[in-house]
Amino acid sequence: MLSQESLQQIDREIAKYPPDQKQSAVMAALRIAQVEKGWLPKELIEFVARYLEMPPIAAYEVASFYNMYDLEPVGRHKITVCTNLPCALSGGVHAAEYVKQKLGIDFNETTPDGKFTLKEGECMGACGDAPVLLVNNHQMCSWMTTEKIDQMLADLDKK
Amino acid sequence: MILAGCDGDRTWRLQDYVARGGYSALKKILAEKTPQDAIIAELKTSVLRGRGGAGFPTGLKWSFMPRAFPGDKYLACNSDEGEPGTFKDRDILRYNPHSVIEGMIIAAYAMGAARGYNYIHGEIFEVYSRFEEALAEARAAGLLGQNILGSGFSFELFAHHGYGAYICGEETALLESIEGKKGQPRFKPPFPASYGLYGKPTTINNTETFASVPFIMNMGGEAFLNLGKPNNGGMKLFSISGHVNRPGNYEIPLGTPFSELLEMAGGMRGGRKLKAVIPGGSSSPVVPGNIMMDCTMDYDSISKAGSMLGSGAVIVMDETTCMVKALERLSYFYFEESCGQCTPCREGTGWLYRVVHRIENGLGRADDLELLNSVTTNIMGRTICALGDAASMPVQSFIKHFGAEFEYHIENKKCLVPPEVQYAGSQIYVSPSC
Repeated sequence: MLSQESLQQIDREIAKYPPDQKQSAVMAALRIAQVEKGWLPKELIEFVARYLEMPPIAAYEVASFYNMYDLEPVGRHKITVCTNLPCALSGGVHAAEYVKQKLGIDFNETTPDGKFTLKEGECMGACGDAPVLLVNNHQMCSWMTTEKIDQMLADLDKK
Repeated sequence: MILAGCDGDRTWRLQDYVARGGYSALKKILAEKTPQDAIIAELKTSVLRGRGGAGFPTGLKWSFMPRAFPGDKYLACNSDEGEPGTFKDRDILRYNPHSVIEGMIIAAYAMGAARGYNYIHGEIFEVYSRFEEALAEARAAGLLGQNILGSGFSFELFAHHGYGAYICGEETALLESIEGKKGQPRFKPPFPASYGLYGKPTTINNTETFASVPFIMNMGGEAFLNLGKPNNGGMKLFSISGHVNRPGNYEIPLGTPFSELLEMAGGMRGGRKLKAVIPGGSSSPVVPGNIMMDCTMDYDSISKAGSMLGSGAVIVMDETTCMVKALERLSYFYFEESCGQCTPCREGTGWLYRVVHRIENGLGRADDLELLNSVTTNIMGRTICALGDAASMPVQSFIKHFGAEFEYHIENKKCLVPPEVQYAGSQIYVSPSC
């Protein structure tokens, strides 16, 4: 269900923990699975659980508890904008409104061409860089003026 | 101190850290076989207090570990920084990760732990990747693993990432998360020093706390204490955000006047007037600007002003800020991040958000402030962890200090601060009907 490369990455994570504590690798394993497949359908979560010799329900609990896992399909690029107080004081809400307007979608929606999903995020721990947004969970973009948002969306559109 | 000399793009590399004097404290301890007690005593002299928010004395915490306990013992670093306003650990890990690694090795030596994990906030994944690289450098140099630098002491350290849950910054939730479970806090006691990761004795410290250790070992506890003021030892990183000209991290001695810190951050944006400050991360009670201007930045002074130094996250708000809207954003955060385990918090945070939201949207009722206060008193002290208190303190303090603004909202169904003024300050668009 997952590529050899992903499985090797998961094995490296398992090696970080005591031999009888494979379940500790579940957060990393779900992340690796999501990066390869784009989101986490139930069968994929079950596969990860079996690989780590843990009950599927326990893996599902983890996948549904932490909000960076996607349990439903998302667009090719997921953009998460922080609108918490420190960001909001420095244009975070404005940045989110601008992205909405540019993409023609609201939070938790995907563009009809399947390219972009927009999410509202909670504190990302980068309040000094506001406005801040995350692209596909792992790439943080700082000081997002409208010009920079234009550029970012144009670049992502080509990918 | 921690971030001194860290303004290039290679300062995170092992070679650069060593050139800045890095790993000398560890080398000295291993070469001289410094007794464990002597290290802990030095920390106690320094009066280093936990930099994650609670301000608990680090030396005392380390002394709780049962060193004679024959089985496994663990160390965990809390880099799950997600409290609105806090962004210092990200910079420590980005620019000086080896100071954290060295601090953790010294801690492991002092407490007899053989394995450690650094739990890194999921949203800063690039920092997690860099920390993994720094760990690889340390391993290759014989600073981690079996028989470190030929001393006979062994310690393994790994990075573990979160994936979007504020609650995992609570230390027992963090342990649950490393065990591969939902991050729900545990009942205490037992405390982690007796029953921690995988049920073994564990000590958890914040990133900045660990990063301070090598400096204390090098300069001595007394010298570190003297950098700050009595009972408030050393230097501290302050993360300033909000309405200032130069938001960012500033490392200053504890006891520095707030007015100087504000000056360092370039002063108020647009030269506007200071209205209020949240001095220690979103959970700490808000302090009116005029009171804040008389405070010094240390645990005791901020506590006297009715708030907490917390993690040192200073959120600055100017006169264009609508306090109802500001509280609404914070209350939404706690509602969203409550783990759902304890009923008073799970239900109460929802009540807090919904009531503040309706006041903000012109639907407030006459007895809403009373209702809000009653909900907070029914949450506080009735939950397993501090998230319930953290959600309640902003509500109580906003109403205490800015109650008139809330009453105006309820009576007039609009904001005291005109929408165009709010927009000028924060680019928050608010419809005229509020």
